[in-house]
Amino acid sequence: MSGFFYLIPISLLLGTGGLAVFLWSLKAKQYEDLEGAASRILFEDDVPLADAVSAEPNPHDRDE
Amino acid sequence: MSTWSLDLSPPEPPAAAVPGEEEIRLAAHALGGGLMQSEVSVPSIHCGACVRRIETALGGIKGLEHARVNLSTRRLTMRWRAAGAMQEAMATLGNLGYPAHLFDPPARQGDQTFRELITALAVAGFGSMNIMMLTVGVWAGAEGSTRDVLHILSGLIALPTLLYAGRPFYRSAWTALRHGRTNMDVPIVIGVVLAFLLSLYDTLIHAPHAYFDAVTSLLFFLLIGRVLDHMMRERARSAVRGLARLTTRGALVLSPDGTRVYRPVEEITPGVTILLAAGERIPVDAVVLKGASDIDVSLVNGESAPLAAEEGTVLRAGTLNLTGPLTIRATAAVQDSFLSEMMRMMEAAEAGRSVYRRIADRVADYYAPVVHLAALAAFVGWTLLGADLHQSVTVAIAVLIITCPCALGLAVPMVHVVAARRLFENGVMLKDGSGLERLAEVDTVLFDKTGTLTLGRPELVDAQAIDPEVLGIAGGLAGWSRHPQSLAISHAARDCDFTDVVEHPGLGIEARVGEDIYRLGRAGWALQSATDAKGTVLARNGAMLATFFFRDALRPDAAQAIGALKQRGLSVEILSGDRRDVVAALAAELDIGFTAEMLPDDKLARIEALAAAGHKVLMIGDGLNDGPALAAAHVSMAPAGAADVGRNAADFVFLHASLDAIRLAHAIARRSARLVKANLALSIGYNVIALPIAVLGYVTPLVAALAMSLSSVIVVANALRLTGFRVRGAR
Repeated sequence: MSGFFYLIPISLLLGTGGLAVFLWSLKAKQYEDLEGAASRILFEDDVPLADAVSAEPNPHDRDE
Repeated sequence: MSTWSLDLSPPEPPAAAVPGEEEIRLAAHALGGGLMQSEVSVPSIHCGACVRRIETALGGIKGLEHARVNLSTRRLTMRWRAAGAMQEAMATLGNLGYPAHLFDPPARQGDQTFRELITALAVAGFGSMNIMMLTVGVWAGAEGSTRDVLHILSGLIALPTLLYAGRPFYRSAWTALRHGRTNMDVPIVIGVVLAFLLSLYDTLIHAPHAYFDAVTSLLFFLLIGRVLDHMMRERARSAVRGLARLTTRGALVLSPDGTRVYRPVEEITPGVTILLAAGERIPVDAVVLKGASDIDVSLVNGESAPLAAEEGTVLRAGTLNLTGPLTIRATAAVQDSFLSEMMRMMEAAEAGRSVYRRIADRVADYYAPVVHLAALAAFVGWTLLGADLHQSVTVAIAVLIITCPCALGLAVPMVHVVAARRLFENGVMLKDGSGLERLAEVDTVLFDKTGTLTLGRPELVDAQAIDPEVLGIAGGLAGWSRHPQSLAISHAARDCDFTDVVEHPGLGIEARVGEDIYRLGRAGWALQSATDAKGTVLARNGAMLATFFFRDALRPDAAQAIGALKQRGLSVEILSGDRRDVVAALAAELDIGFTAEMLPDDKLARIEALAAAGHKVLMIGDGLNDGPALAAAHVSMAPAGAADVGRNAADFVFLHASLDAIRLAHAIARRSARLVKANLALSIGYNVIALPIAVLGYVTPLVAALAMSLSSVIVVANALRLTGFRVRGAR
């Protein structure tokens, strides 16, 4: 049994990789519009998501 | 006074109006570098093809940097540098058949809570699955140093998982304890922490059992419940936020030097002169300086008939200017206006309402002490029977783990989530699960009249009794006006060659056909001879052709919905601010009791009196004047067309015109209350069986894992029964 112990770190690494990818896709707002994503796959000329610009309102930038 | 000549087609309904540049700017937020971002709600988007059409059409607009539709939320995000591009975009949307309206960017708060919960869920899932994999090795018979290595690895994974994924529970438990209360999270946290410490100790002394898998999968199951619960509430809130805003953001102010500036409503001070176009809402309490118009006051005091406004008329903030442009002078700042007065009353009413404690928390009140006493008793009992300290502690902690309210933690939210989805599919937004619990307890239903029982728009009485020829002429004339009564008959329009069409706000419409002059409007104005004819008339050269009587159109299914509520043993009543005769006629038709001509205070007092008599009141209302009543009632509902404050105060918002929503919501609330009780009984029954086994010391980690998963699955399956449940008598 102990001969297979090297499998444990490998499986943990793979699992961590999966977790990291999920967290990244969450941060990249890939789950914001699941219905839309299902439809967009059929568009030929779909544009990629815009960069995640900070959505914080910045009163100094308001040109009045 | 506005005039339309013949070459102009009849005006569009007010909804299609494109907001001004200044309003767009106020509702947007800056991204830096002169780039602005706006969000608009587009309720009519319904498929991928709509997304494509909209994005392609908007792609051609100059100055619009980016436009992206979110199909799930029916929303469009646009980035722009010039507000003109946004106006063009809104107009384009309208032309494509997707009317859009601006809405304020939502608070990022809810978004962040959700992200934290879902990250915690992912981490807990990762941790519990990996530990479970290692633990299977122990169950399969690993011994000696192999077992120790597996336990140590499990512990190494469990520690960060518990620290990270458990945060929502630690925080909530701490908040409850600090205020001297307990909730469901207190026993959860105690169980998790003790089980972890014991497992750590057991690992160090090379003991055969460790509960790392149990604690992490416990958190995993509980987080699933939390995430679903949060998703349901967020979806309802965002749907409500997407509804068109009914309060004004600002107004066109006429400065003393004659220039016109658009000012946000907060900057309008008493004495300022405001130019108000037809179709705009009055931003602050004001008095008319110039012009004449009809004012729709239904949202403010419940009166269904429009009010004529002329020089000197006092206007209340929140009312809608229907027919003519007005010049008005502000008499109060926004914080002293009627709206703010209502807000203050609502806050007071809310503070006065007794705090409702959710069923789960009430159960936790009894549950936590019982479980903790049982654990303590097991510890003392085993010690007295001569067991060593370690064995007694193990048994005590096994009791805590096996009775840990995993099923109990899922029992209530799962039912609420399934119920909320049923309601959502039928156009009813549930803002909070506790609203469902409170709705099931209701024994009295109070309705507002205008806009709630009725649609708040007039319909013609006895359309058949009127000569179709005459009705056609009247309909043709009405097509030139935005007055609600005009809209009610304009569909009957026939081709007529009207010339010189003039609308006299507050009076009616006048037009010429050949030599004849037609007038549609108030009897006293349209008829040459002073008669005592009432209502709206169509006259040719001063002689009466027909009289039209209007009444506020009843919402579809109102009678059936009220009948069903009465059949379920609820007492139903109307509380209205409208005139007595109007309310009495409607109440007689629906066969329910009523009180008319009520001020907001009176409605509030009525609810407080009922509450004092021990009744649980459901208040359904839409107006500003219903706001305090909605806040004070045990549970409240509002239609989608309600004033913003009313929508925010209500526990439920229904989107469709039909009142069937109320019957459905009530039926589902009752059914969920039964299922919640069944679920609580199931989880308690499970504990009754599991507790003796734990106390006798037979609980190994394998037994704990099986028992926990099984009870959770049973509770979830029971909640899903709500999906197939049919509302009796529903179509």
